[in-house]
Amino acid sequence: MLSAKEIKKLDHEIALVPIRKSACIEALKIVQQQRGWVSDESLRDIAEYMEMSAEELDSVATFYNLIFRKPVGRNIILLCDSISCYVMGYKKIYQHLQNRLHIKFGETTADARFTLLPNACLGCCDHAPALMINNDLYRDLTNDSLDEILEEYK
Amino acid sequence: MERPLTQHISANHPWLNLKDYTAVGGYQAVHRALKSFTPQEITKTVQDSELRGRGGAGFNTGMKWSFVPMDDATQTKYLIANADEMEPGTFKDRLLLEGNPHQLIEGMIVSAYAIQANTSYIFLRWAYKKAARIIKEAINEAYAAGYLGKNILGSGFNLEMHLHTGVGRYICGEETALLNALEGKRATPRTKPPFPQVSGLFGKPTIVNNVETLCNIPHIINNGAAWFKALGLGADAGTKLYGVSGQVNEPGLWELPMGTTVRELLEEHAGGMKPGFQFRGALPGGASTDFLVTEHLDVKMDYQSVAAVGSRLGTGTMIILDDHTCPVGFIHNLEHFFAQESCGWCTPCREGLPWTEKILLSLENGQGRLEDLELLETHTKHLGPGSTFCALAPGAMEPLQSGLKYFREDFEKHIHEKKCPWDEERNGSHLH
Repeated sequence: MLSAKEIKKLDHEIALVPIRKSACIEALKIVQQQRGWVSDESLRDIAEYMEMSAEELDSVATFYNLIFRKPVGRNIILLCDSISCYVMGYKKIYQHLQNRLHIKFGETTADARFTLLPNACLGCCDHAPALMINNDLYRDLTNDSLDEILEEYK
Repeated sequence: MERPLTQHISANHPWLNLKDYTAVGGYQAVHRALKSFTPQEITKTVQDSELRGRGGAGFNTGMKWSFVPMDDATQTKYLIANADEMEPGTFKDRLLLEGNPHQLIEGMIVSAYAIQANTSYIFLRWAYKKAARIIKEAINEAYAAGYLGKNILGSGFNLEMHLHTGVGRYICGEETALLNALEGKRATPRTKPPFPQVSGLFGKPTIVNNVETLCNIPHIINNGAAWFKALGLGADAGTKLYGVSGQVNEPGLWELPMGTTVRELLEEHAGGMKPGFQFRGALPGGASTDFLVTEHLDVKMDYQSVAAVGSRLGTGTMIILDDHTCPVGFIHNLEHFFAQESCGWCTPCREGLPWTEKILLSLENGQGRLEDLELLETHTKHLGPGSTFCALAPGAMEPLQSGLKYFREDFEKHIHEKKCPWDEERNGSHLH
């Protein structure tokens, strides 16, 4: 079931586009923002509201890497693994994250505090290596700065 | 030296709001364009300025606009700013978006007027959170001041502007894939023709321009085509945002005359290589450009000069390969990115890129054979221009084909020594 709050936001997005289902990516974003991820049940509810089949909506949902079709932790770490961060040593940062959190790319900590994902270039290559946690960007990472940063997210 | 795009942007100051922007002459180009120019005159001026697309393709912007049908005044048309900056090693549009959003909005108003589009979108990549907040606020300011909305400055011209944030995927930067993303579909590229100028968003005439391209428009309208052309040092017009990343003393981003040399960027602006690091090569304009090496240090960074030595200016943001970084590992990282970001629509790209990535990984891990180098070379042909649906795979082949040429000995060493020669340097932290 979509909540009244979600439906209100969905209706706002639908009003902005000439074809109802053109707002389906916005719909996925809205529901993910509320629930953290898009379950099969959520997907079916959104599809029905957008007047499209669940299969068609899933083809869109699974195309984009920032729509989560599996449960994720409370905080999402997106570590840049692109070229400038490769040259500047993102693999050391990745190793440190693995040592600290005991998870690899694509995994979530047992306490659901963090999900760790690789991410393509974050566009701050003059301050590599870089990562994002939720909406926050961190640059010029070292193992020490990373330890402090992780403490901010519970 | 003039720096029209970045002269008011300062790292230590917040973004220019409407008041700041108008205080330094902002929105004069909108006044000028709407009062004294016909749409066709704007297009002609931009065409004469020889402004070329700053997203990487380098097509003449005014000429692109001139393909939009202008005979039916009731026709719905769209203007889109491509702010989906995601080319690895590229961080130039972020500065313009976060530092001076009204410059982009003004450029979009003038451009939309030139093609008589009444709806515009800024397609912003998801990761640019700060830019999203700033642009949202700036759009609201522009509406409140009457620069957006109905009957702008009493001219009778209407323009709505929306911010759209994406949900990932490199391919969204390809303009027809971007249109599909904006329509709520999988972002696979479309067949061309029809070109978006004729049939784009929702089947209507649409122009998609890069952020840096659009930010140049107000300055061209204010100062004229001849002024813009004279800014360049060589054959190409204007200034360019150039960047350098990698093991240099001062990685960064600078607005400089188009045609500044690789050497000046590397040695003067980026402060040279860090102590203990030697320059081996550079991708001049993002991940999908061919390597330049030491013999190219005096090449001018403009479209024609970089093309003349077998590469592309691309986005103008260089990534440096140093002597402590394995060229095979470097190229493997690039091909991993491209294989992951292939939209899967056409077979050569969907199948060929993961194959390329696997071959490179086996080479890097010391399991390669000499025949693998031929196999990689075959891929650079089969995934090259004309063999794929869009430019993603041909772009992916650029660093590979030039890497095989310039760093052949390093590839062969991996095969002969059955290991990566840089393995020990990584202190056993070699994680693939």
